[in-house]
Amino acid sequence: MSERRDPTPATYGVLAIPIAVLAVFFLIPFGMIVATSFYRRIQGGFYEPAFEVASWQRLLSDVFLERAAFSIGICLLAGAACIAIAFPFTYFLTRMRRRPHVALLILVLSALSLSEVIVAFTWSVLLGRAAGISNILVWLGAMNEPVAYQPSFIAVLLGLSYIAFPYCVLTLYPSLTRLDREVTEAAQTLGASPWRTFWTVVVPISRPVIMAGFLLVFVFTLGSYLIAALLGRPEHWTLSVFISDQASFNANVPFASAMAIFLTALSLVVVGVVALIESRTRRVA
Amino acid sequence: MDARGGLKLEGLVKHFGDVEAVAGVDLELPPGKLISFLGPSGCGKTTMLRMIAGLEKPTEGRVYLDGADITDRPPHLRDIGMVFQTLALFPHLSVAGNIAYGIRIRGVGDRESRVRVDELLGLVSLEGMGDRRISQLSGGQRQRVATARALALAPKLFLLDEPLSALDANLREQLQVELRLLQQQLGITTIMVTHDQREAMTMSDLVVVMDAGRVEQVGPPLEVYRRPATAFVARFIGSTNLLRGRALPDGRVGVEGGALRVEGGTAAHEGDEVLISVRPEDTHLSRGETDESNGILGTVVFVRDLGELFECYVDCGLDENVVVAGSPRDRVPVEQGDRVTVRFPPQACVVVRG
Repeated sequence: MSERRDPTPATYGVLAIPIAVLAVFFLIPFGMIVATSFYRRIQGGFYEPAFEVASWQRLLSDVFLERAAFSIGICLLAGAACIAIAFPFTYFLTRMRRRPHVALLILVLSALSLSEVIVAFTWSVLLGRAAGISNILVWLGAMNEPVAYQPSFIAVLLGLSYIAFPYCVLTLYPSLTRLDREVTEAAQTLGASPWRTFWTVVVPISRPVIMAGFLLVFVFTLGSYLIAALLGRPEHWTLSVFISDQASFNANVPFASAMAIFLTALSLVVVGVVALIESRTRRVA
Repeated sequence: MDARGGLKLEGLVKHFGDVEAVAGVDLELPPGKLISFLGPSGCGKTTMLRMIAGLEKPTEGRVYLDGADITDRPPHLRDIGMVFQTLALFPHLSVAGNIAYGIRIRGVGDRESRVRVDELLGLVSLEGMGDRRISQLSGGQRQRVATARALALAPKLFLLDEPLSALDANLREQLQVELRLLQQQLGITTIMVTHDQREAMTMSDLVVVMDAGRVEQVGPPLEVYRRPATAFVARFIGSTNLLRGRALPDGRVGVEGGALRVEGGTAAHEGDEVLISVRPEDTHLSRGETDESNGILGTVVFVRDLGELFECYVDCGLDENVVVAGSPRDRVPVEQGDRVTVRFPPQACVVVRG
């Protein structure tokens, strides 16, 4: 019944469509970006075809390497923050009774409909001085006068974690739903308290999916630029902000292209390293 | 070791929403024995076990272990070891890691823990396999790991929830014997949930037969088989002939086509409906019409000889065909359509509740 048949021409036909879409809308533009990164910039305007490494040299300056390190750092932090909140949240969600379970899930998923623009502006208002949450603290008598919590590093981290949270939950959800309840019960009959069961059974069993969720948040937030641009000072900007800044305001498209490729390569390296560590430790365990 | 693990259940009730899974159970179970909760799926036997383990909170009633009320005690403080239906081994730990899990939690040192794990591996015949991953084990080996893990802390109560259901028939029979011998060797109070009457008969000191959330009968396996208290028990454990009749003035029971004498009488009033269970292997066959007492005339409907067992279905005009079984060596030569007399010896007739 489930015998594997040789693919028919129709099978290849079906595959051809996504392959063509990928080629046209990803490979070709990416190739153009690679080419553009070597083009010569014309002061005060556009660029012309050439083969120059000036943009790449500029990228290797201390300033931009430091920016790259900062970007990776804050996105790894966002990944850690998301996992720290989303993992227990999703675990208890899957242990809830059906009705509140579904209601909460819908609530989390509805946050996906919010665009980055809305999220960034909302947090900007909430963390601002004029109409922000500090006004509530003043009203409650906990503070003397309202303060602004943004722009700041914490505000950027908060915004990035907020926008990635639903994706993190979605990544963890299927695996935690399938986690055999009897496995946690077995730990309890062996003398483990619920807290201990969580740390010695639930977390270790879920390590692959925790890694997956962590990497997803990392890559996802690395590409976000509005949040950092709106909630942070220039020193809190990620590479994505610099890319759009260079492309739109400084009209230096070759440099923006070089940075974009650099960012892509960097995220691939980080993902590769984390995946390698994961597979190593698993073999040892 | 003797006084460990005596269990008392008092008025246990468990509701799941509108469903009454356990409908009032009182039981006192002796320490050191293997007790089976036997019944069809949905009879409440697993819910009972889970309430004993503390994994389910009773709606009503109390659970006492060695005289102490443990009803409100969480599972990790109950001093139990449990083997789950899915076995529930920890996939991220090795065989030794699984067995040592509870020992480590008690804060036992590495050295001591390793000695204990080796001892347990020997107990379940898995010497030298401590470093294996769970995914590298066969079904039978996994079962043994689950057993060793549950016994690691020498608990007061050893609980088994359909522990062998994932295994094929041959292996299951073999492990039934192994588990039973292990239990006898350790003298540990053990409660096993099963729907397999052969398993219960093989392993138990005491069988608790359950149906629809209630206990139907408690007794040693053979007694439950020979003297079933209810029609349900008679049918669920082994097969049986149920004969419906009415009590006659002379103490016998009148059924369609005859009157049967029941050893010890029926304790029923004249005219009351009486239900009698007779095991097929206690029922005898003679060719033609004889005037033996406790016999009913009928026609052979179907005959089969399975080599180890010979069975004959006889239509006696009752609700169901009467089944007569015996060793093929003692087979009475009958064929389909023959007129025969089926005899129900008085000592084999058991009056059961409907």
